[in-house]
Amino acid sequence: MQQFIKKEVFRKAACLTAGLILTGLVSFAGRNNGGGKVSGRGNGGGGAKGQPAKTTDAASQLKLPSGFSAVTVVENFGRTRHITVGPGGAVFVKLSKLKDGKGIYRLEDTNGDGKADKITGFGNFPGTGVAISNGYLYATTDEDVYRFQLNAKDEVLNPDQPEKIVTGLLSRHEHEAKTIALDDKGNLFVNIGAYSNACQLQDRTKGSPGMKPCKILDSAGGIWEFKAGKANQTYGDGHRYATGLRNCVALFWNKSTNSLFVMQHGRDQLHDLFPDIWDTKQSAELPAECMYELHDGSNCGWPYMFYDQLQHKKILAPEYGGDGKKTVGDEAQDPAAAYPGHMAPNGLVFYTGSQFPEKYRNGAFIAFHGSWNRAPEPQKGYFVVFQPFKNGKPSGQWEVFADNFSGGPEKAASGRVDYRPCGLAQGPDGSLYVTDDTKGTVWKISYRK
Amino acid sequence: MQKNLFIGLTGGLFVLATVLMSQTKKPAAAPGGAKASITRGKQVYLEQCLACHQVDGLGVQGMNPPLVKTKFVLGDKKALAKIVLTGMQGVEVEGEEYHGVMAPHPDLTDQQIADVLTYVRNSWGNKASAVTAGEVKAVRATNTPPAQ
Ligand code: HEC
Repeated sequence: MQQFIKKEVFRKAACLTAGLILTGLVSFAGRNNGGGKVSGRGNGGGGAKGQPAKTTDAASQLKLPSGFSAVTVVENFGRTRHITVGPGGAVFVKLSKLKDGKGIYRLEDTNGDGKADKITGFGNFPGTGVAISNGYLYATTDEDVYRFQLNAKDEVLNPDQPEKIVTGLLSRHEHEAKTIALDDKGNLFVNIGAYSNACQLQDRTKGSPGMKPCKILDSAGGIWEFKAGKANQTYGDGHRYATGLRNCVALFWNKSTNSLFVMQHGRDQLHDLFPDIWDTKQSAELPAECMYELHDGSNCGWPYMFYDQLQHKKILAPEYGGDGKKTVGDEAQDPAAAYPGHMAPNGLVFYTGSQFPEKYRNGAFIAFHGSWNRAPEPQKGYFVVFQPFKNGKPSGQWEVFADNFSGGPEKAASGRVDYRPCGLAQGPDGSLYVTDDTKGTVWKISYRK
Repeated sequence: MQKNLFIGLTGGLFVLATVLMSQTKKPAAAPGGAKASITRGKQVYLEQCLACHQVDGLGVQGMNPPLVKTKFVLGDKKALAKIVLTGMQGVEVEGEEYHGVMAPHPDLTDQQIADVLTYVRNSWGNKASAVTAGEVKAVRATNTPPAQ
């Protein structure tokens, strides 16, 4: 990794000014744009650089259906990604960048006001995935899965001695985040994202053909199943549970159907790579971000096809001879539901509580992190969606549940937003927790009649 | 290269001045001059770079880096041309990691690369000297395209 901070800050130069020759020290110190790492450097939210910190009220900024309200559990907490809540109500967040040397934080609200007032950090590794199952807290790096034992009060027994459960997973910069879900039978499911957009010989390069077959699928681009309780497993100990999935940051074990649901991040750049087939407007909308219900052996078709939610068809990928019309058959599983392109679903949870009104029961909440690949068209997403379910299947139109993470339509359109929703979890009292990984906000959303 | 620099004088006295650092070798001027190059470069940017680096050049958090006042954009022109020609991955930009992919663009002509880089180096608050087709050509000559 390349160091960006140059030791050489001063440099001698001969300067000519107003006819005077001055010899002096020339300082380039002013070059460190925007004052360094702490302030948002303008790339993706945060106040635009140079602006004074506004006292925005993160809790009241969210737009929620009537009867719902939000409090912030923590704010300005860093890169808070996925989140899980213990049976005792303690919240655990995973950070993709260490905060004070720690990558996991336990947030406890001891006085019942919703805010965390007892905060402890542990786990010296960054990452995205975190989940609780059967008395253990599981957490990921981009290569490994660790677990910590919890006691009945959701306290971590050996915070400095996690058990390594899975190791050596492939991480090649792109779609690197490993995310996890667990069933009730001692199985651990790990998303191993494809380190590629569309499995071209040369990634994201115009004219480069698709690999045939796509070698990436041997070790990534799918969901791998491991034992939840066995130490030091590698690829050989696991099993490719589902393939043809580009990257599924959001995955969740649905207890009512007893099956794994995932949200795939669909491919990018249809217009950039194939301007003769798709214009920028179509390319912003396509392909769909798909929800899949997986079973052992599922194949969802990436990179050979994508789902076009406007034509309701499985379209042959252009890297493999597609023209935007040719379709593929049953070799690729149908999605359970489809959403507009590039909105980046990063969090998924099925609601099993009784606090929210009846209509939410067994339905899915989906956190859409928000798009970048819709430019030059307006960006989209930055909200939490509710997808109604009936008899274990998506039923009826999805609706935006929690909105205005962006801070307004203009900010959403430009992508320069206040917050980006990422992780979701349900508390034992039936409240819904949402993280933002731009500023490090955690909201607790509750309902009162 | 024209830059606003802080000139520090010994004795704790600092004087702010605009300094024109004349280049030792004047590269051949772009057809139509720098202004025309910037206009053409904007077009190349819209078609080839905007998707990732965005309209405002500020990129996408964690995915694609900003092109505003980075050491790459304002720095050595050869290194910059090489990034566009051969791509880049896994390099920190201003202390942040980016998980997107900077694809190589060898299919662009020397002039197109010169234009887009001149545009980038003179947009969104950037101010740096123009890149010429001759400079890009020299870089291309020393770089064989990556394998695969
Ligand atoms: C597919 C997305 C993509 C496209 C298209 C793209 N870039 Fe990039 N670019 C990136 C990523 C990602 C990086 C950072 C790679 C890294 O950190 O190793 C990057 C890095 C850079 C850098 C150096 C780092 C910096 O921010 O200063 C420059 C300069 C640059 N790109 C210019 C361009 C130009 C000019 C174009 C159009 C000709 C272009 N890029 C097209 C994704 C892209």
